[in-house]
Amino acid sequence: MAECGASGSGSSGDGLDKSITLPPDEIFRNLENAKRFAIDIGGSLTKLAYYSTVQHKVARVRSFDHTGQDAGQDHESPYEISVQEEVTARLHFVKFENSYIEACLDFVRDHLVNTETKVIHATGGGAYKFKDLIEQKLGLRVAKEDVMTCLIKGCNFVLKNIPQEAFVYQKDADPEFRFQTNHPHIFPYLLVNIGSGVSIVKVETEDRFEWIGGSSIGGGTFWGLGALLTKTQKFDELLHLASRGQHANVDMLVQDVYGGAHQTLGLSGNLIASSFGKSATTDQEFSPEDMAKSLLHMISNDIGQLACLYARLHGLDRVYFGGFFIRGHPVTMRTITYSISFFSKGEVQALFLRHEGYLGAIGAFLRGAEQDNPDQYSWGENYAGSSGLMSSSPELGPTQGAKSGTFDLLEMDRLERPLVNLPLLLDPASYVPDTVDLTDDALARKYWLSCFEEALDGVVKRAVASQPGSADAAERAEKFRHKYRDKLQTLRHQPFAYGTLTVRSLLDTREHCLNEFNFPDPYSQVKQKENGVALRGFQSVVRALDALGWEERQLALVRGLLAGNVFDWGAKAVSEVLESDPQFGFEEAKKKLEERPWLVDSYDTWLQRLKGPPHKCALIFADNSGVDVILGVFPFVRELLSRGTEVILACNSGPALNDVTYGEALLVAEHIAAMDPVVHSALREERLLLMQTGSSSPCLDLSRLDEGLAVLVRERGTDLVVIEGMGRAVHTNYRAALRCESLKLAVLKNPWLAARLGGRLFSVIFKFEVPAE
Amino acid sequence: MGAGRLRAPMERHGRAAATSASSTREPAPEEPDGRGQEPLRRRANSTSVPAAGTSAEGARRDRHGSCSGGTSVSRQRVESLRKKRPLFPWFGLDIGGTLVKLVYFEPKDITAEEEEEEVESLKSIRKYLTSNVAYGSTGIRDVHLELKDLTLCGRKGNLHFIRFPTHDMPAFIQMGRDKNFSSLHTVFCATGGGAYKFEQDFLTIGELQLCKLDELDCLIKGILYIDSVGFNGRSQCYYFENPADSEKCQKLPFDLKNPYPLLLVNIGSGVSILAVYSKDNYKRVTGTSLGGGTFFGLCCLLTGCTTFEEALEMASRGDSTKVDKLVRDIYGGDYERFGLPGWAVASSFGNMMSKEKREAVSKEDLARATLITITNNIGSIARMCALNEGYFGAVGALLELLKIP
Repeated sequence: MAECGASGSGSSGDGLDKSITLPPDEIFRNLENAKRFAIDIGGSLTKLAYYSTVQHKVARVRSFDHTGQDAGQDHESPYEISVQEEVTARLHFVKFENSYIEACLDFVRDHLVNTETKVIHATGGGAYKFKDLIEQKLGLRVAKEDVMTCLIKGCNFVLKNIPQEAFVYQKDADPEFRFQTNHPHIFPYLLVNIGSGVSIVKVETEDRFEWIGGSSIGGGTFWGLGALLTKTQKFDELLHLASRGQHANVDMLVQDVYGGAHQTLGLSGNLIASSFGKSATTDQEFSPEDMAKSLLHMISNDIGQLACLYARLHGLDRVYFGGFFIRGHPVTMRTITYSISFFSKGEVQALFLRHEGYLGAIGAFLRGAEQDNPDQYSWGENYAGSSGLMSSSPELGPTQGAKSGTFDLLEMDRLERPLVNLPLLLDPASYVPDTVDLTDDALARKYWLSCFEEALDGVVKRAVASQPGSADAAERAEKFRHKYRDKLQTLRHQPFAYGTLTVRSLLDTREHCLNEFNFPDPYSQVKQKENGVALRGFQSVVRALDALGWEERQLALVRGLLAGNVFDWGAKAVSEVLESDPQFGFEEAKKKLEERPWLVDSYDTWLQRLKGPPHKCALIFADNSGVDVILGVFPFVRELLSRGTEVILACNSGPALNDVTYGEALLVAEHIAAMDPVVHSALREERLLLMQTGSSSPCLDLSRLDEGLAVLVRERGTDLVVIEGMGRAVHTNYRAALRCESLKLAVLKNPWLAARLGGRLFSVIFKFEVPAE
Repeated sequence: MGAGRLRAPMERHGRAAATSASSTREPAPEEPDGRGQEPLRRRANSTSVPAAGTSAEGARRDRHGSCSGGTSVSRQRVESLRKKRPLFPWFGLDIGGTLVKLVYFEPKDITAEEEEEEVESLKSIRKYLTSNVAYGSTGIRDVHLELKDLTLCGRKGNLHFIRFPTHDMPAFIQMGRDKNFSSLHTVFCATGGGAYKFEQDFLTIGELQLCKLDELDCLIKGILYIDSVGFNGRSQCYYFENPADSEKCQKLPFDLKNPYPLLLVNIGSGVSILAVYSKDNYKRVTGTSLGGGTFFGLCCLLTGCTTFEEALEMASRGDSTKVDKLVRDIYGGDYERFGLPGWAVASSFGNMMSKEKREAVSKEDLARATLITITNNIGSIARMCALNEGYFGAVGALLELLKIP
């Protein structure tokens, strides 16, 4: 059974608490435009979902208007920037204790301005109980949705849209949480939902799932039997009791039956022969802790055993656990994990979900939003607006009983375009974008967290400077600082809060936080200026290259790519130089470069390869604006085009640091085409195509790329992938295995990382890989 | 196997003193010396069959018992023992986690000559065991199970079934010493975990060397033998037809002539599940710790009952639907999406999450719910094992077997 039935009875406080004051800024955001409400009311927690639109300021670039009075003027800048309002779609999920339900409904009603919504889709056992209250408070008709259908829909949604949603839990391991990278194919899987009872559901496709079994021994048994045995009424307190008990005082163990002989017989003496086997006596008192522990083991083992039997019978190795029995409780995750591992002899891993508590609400929402076709879009977890894992879980502690009053949030942004795998990944199922797992690597974690914290001042300054006309920029920038620092603080204590902690997730979180406070593109002017400067140098760079002999030119092109990559405002070592020395240019950057042999140097193989037949089509992921893309990448592209290779130049869809965006790249290309016949004709003949990646990250996740790009890559028979820059080629994808030739190049602009890789500041990575036949 | 079908306890009586065995130190409640009797009084009475680790998974087993001291006894040796026909008394002992099961063959074809030669200690054992139905405060002879007029190794006699709690083993060993068992030169074949646990005590206190035998080997042998001799003319194996229908439900004999492959679910303190392919080819498939010991243990905690029989008796009078949350309690009726009937248990003890409902249930209801919880769970696991092992046919029979009428 699902979570039903646990409602009220014995749970923490049936009395509705009206006295709480909600911090609206933080909790029910964007209610003004909210529509499509859904609610999932469980035994103790309510999850409210709504769809809303968010107005953002975005920086747009466009050519100067050539028809107007500006025509013919010689602009300092190659294009103009305008800040526009953009409306994006966002899903909001708020989780709170049932006792706040009335106050929350009141709040929602008071802030609901212009909604055409008439219906609220409801699921969970409490949907019956609170039906009247909801209808009366919100004036919406309650439409009941099937619990299991909602759960499965929600589960499919998070597995598809949230990378690293699922994790294995191992107590006493470091890290305790190990996140799974999402398989491209999420089906089939087994969902074991432990509510008051247990439902075991086999999910085969988006719409096809089957209840294959269940058990009446579930969370309700733990709670009900536990309450009878220990006189403790609350579920959380029972778990807390259990975590302190010794089950061997109550259970009959193998060693109790065999004496010491279990060792010689090869039996593990600590195995439970009979749960509660020692309690069959009237003259002994058993402690509530010991009984609760024994009960927890009994139930967890039983569920684990049944789950294994069902998984084996149906040939499934992915088993996800959810329901209120699990819901973020380390105690139950631990016992279930142990049980699954024991009964499957390690063949099946118990998987848990970061957003398990939201599945029902997500599903109910999706049921109600079918006309918006939410399944057709890709969605992204918004790190700025979401609470991390366990940030407000009903964790056990001595202060239990005091109402936590915490609200847990999840926000998902609807992405413009669907995201898919790069078709050239060797094995999409095992692809992990990130090179270093900071949850695993404590030393690296410590460094990077400090590094990002230290860089915060600079980012704030840059953000304020980017909006000189704005009166509240300084205030918003401070809010950003506060928010991001909080996130860093959370991650220091709970590195697992948003999945595997990586340099990428730290960078992405920062971007999300900047967007949150309307700093959509703090580097827009910097990029504009640098693009202008670099464009003016383009022709002389090309002329110099053309004057070189073939072999010399190849090396010069690569050195140009590398030197261009030095211009990275995201790297502290570089941004300091750029801030203090405005004259620092392409030639200075070349001088900074490490001399060959580079730290990683497969240039000779690359050169050999170039002597062979041309590639059919090269996919290049560009990095920074300005010198990097204009003086480094474009000459390289030009050379490839001259060889007869088609080129797809992929740039970020949205801004991140000083990375070149798709919009900027289009304008830059236009300017270059005006100067250079090779690029001009290639653009016209579509031998050079500019595409967007679908991302707004300084890093690159090849498993979430714009579908249009993926289609083009396949159509053009791409046989070379060039990934440039630290964020894309070192922090991510350094170990990515592709089915075609690949070139990963970057300049190490971080002394700590360089030292770790055995190099120094401005060491060069030049990694040319040819897949094994 | 009818676990849990033990009938109500016989009236306890300390008539030991009235028998010829009066001189023995068979513990009786009145005995002043606490050494032997104290544990007897302490504990509640009996569950059923032997304890089985939830989990000591095994590949197909080919383990033989071993006589104490580590000497391995091959099957041949046991075979030859039979041919040589061992000296009386003939005992079989299964020392489980909760209960000790003692099987005693009482020869009925004793000639006058034999009787003459019979040593006093042997005679006293025979008389003591066969003339009583209860021993001390906790030992019980299940008279209703007695197999009469059996021919065993060419001897005619009755097979007696006696049980007592495992925690009274020390008293039993002491009795063996007092009755001078060691002088009889009998082979004391024992199985169950306790054969290992108490081996040293048998040796040092009782001066008896146990012949330890593998418990699963013994279990299968025992079942096949018992079925082959029948139950005083009736079939040993039975099942319940129409178990879900209290009106039509009836107990029917089940023919075990071609039993293989079969799944054997042995419910002792814990539960062992074996897949048996032939009489000496089997493997332990799995087990669960939710067994007879769990039922009894939880009942003791929840109801304060003191004997297994009492727990069963309470369960027979209770109403589990007051304790359990049914599908209809959640969905108002059947849960059609999954084809679950409204009367199915959704959450065992689920109603006990509510304080009001906790206050409204009786001890009988709780005992009943405990029984239903444990038996349903064993049925569910057994069914899954059978499906995984690929015996559709045998499953039905097993499920029937496990159903409580």
